[in-house]
Amino acid sequence: MAVNADAVGRAYGPVEKYEVARVKIREFADAVDARAAEHRDVDAATAAGYPDLVVPTTFAAAIAQRAEFQVVVDPEVGVDFSRVVHAEQRFVHHRPIVAGDVIEATIHIDSITSRAGISMVTTRAELVDAQGSPVSTVFSTIAVREGE
Amino acid sequence: MATPRPSFSGLAVGDVVATREVIVTRDSLVRYAGASGDFNPIHYNDVFATSVGLPGVITHGMFTMGQAASVLEEWAGAGNVVDYQVRFSRPIPVPNPGEAVVSVTAKVGALDEEAKAVRVDLAVEFEGQKVLGKAQAVVACA
Repeated sequence: MAVNADAVGRAYGPVEKYEVARVKIREFADAVDARAAEHRDVDAATAAGYPDLVVPTTFAAAIAQRAEFQVVVDPEVGVDFSRVVHAEQRFVHHRPIVAGDVIEATIHIDSITSRAGISMVTTRAELVDAQGSPVSTVFSTIAVREGE
Repeated sequence: MATPRPSFSGLAVGDVVATREVIVTRDSLVRYAGASGDFNPIHYNDVFATSVGLPGVITHGMFTMGQAASVLEEWAGAGNVVDYQVRFSRPIPVPNPGEAVVSVTAKVGALDEEAKAVRVDLAVEFEGQKVLGKAQAVVACA
């Protein structure tokens, strides 16, 4: 079954707020081997001018992916998760994310194209802080193989 | 409010600003799964991975993208990458026991004098082949 191209323009969320924790930033920095002290040491981060620990470049994916899951499980979009591979990813950061931020994500389906039995689904996650100010925009494209 | 930005002056297109060999083991993938919340079994379970047509356990694309960003950050400083995109062009199988060695090289791709911004192109290779396509980042400089 092909992905439903009429789902373009759909929006989801926001769902549960994501509270950015120091311990999670350190854990993520270890996992991607981001070595800067500003990811681990509060004194180093404040000395650099940040209000608290700053996240590594791709940390926002951990926030966005929780929200993007709403698209995959929406029966009206018709994505078979066992046939999905991650094709493209992009982050546009409006300001650095720091520990203590409380972030909400809204997901938009920006495009769905199908060719040669593969559907490409591009979503855009708009991440905003507790004041509603933009923090990051996260684009993700998945490739879905159609079933036989 | 940011880590000191790299200096724009003196940069030229083609300059290598950072490079690193990333050693990837199964342990690396388990750590990334926990840190990111991405528990797709293709990143830790060989039986499952082969059942869906993969050669075995492969890295999370986002793991590879994140590791490459960390190499760039060595030069750019934490919090100074404002735009970063990749295409996932080839999976990286991670043996058990053993390791996969991924090389990352960050090169100046374009200079925007007015914005004091640099586009950095990332070459990310495994066994001599590119695993990320169109891997580009924009770094805010001073």
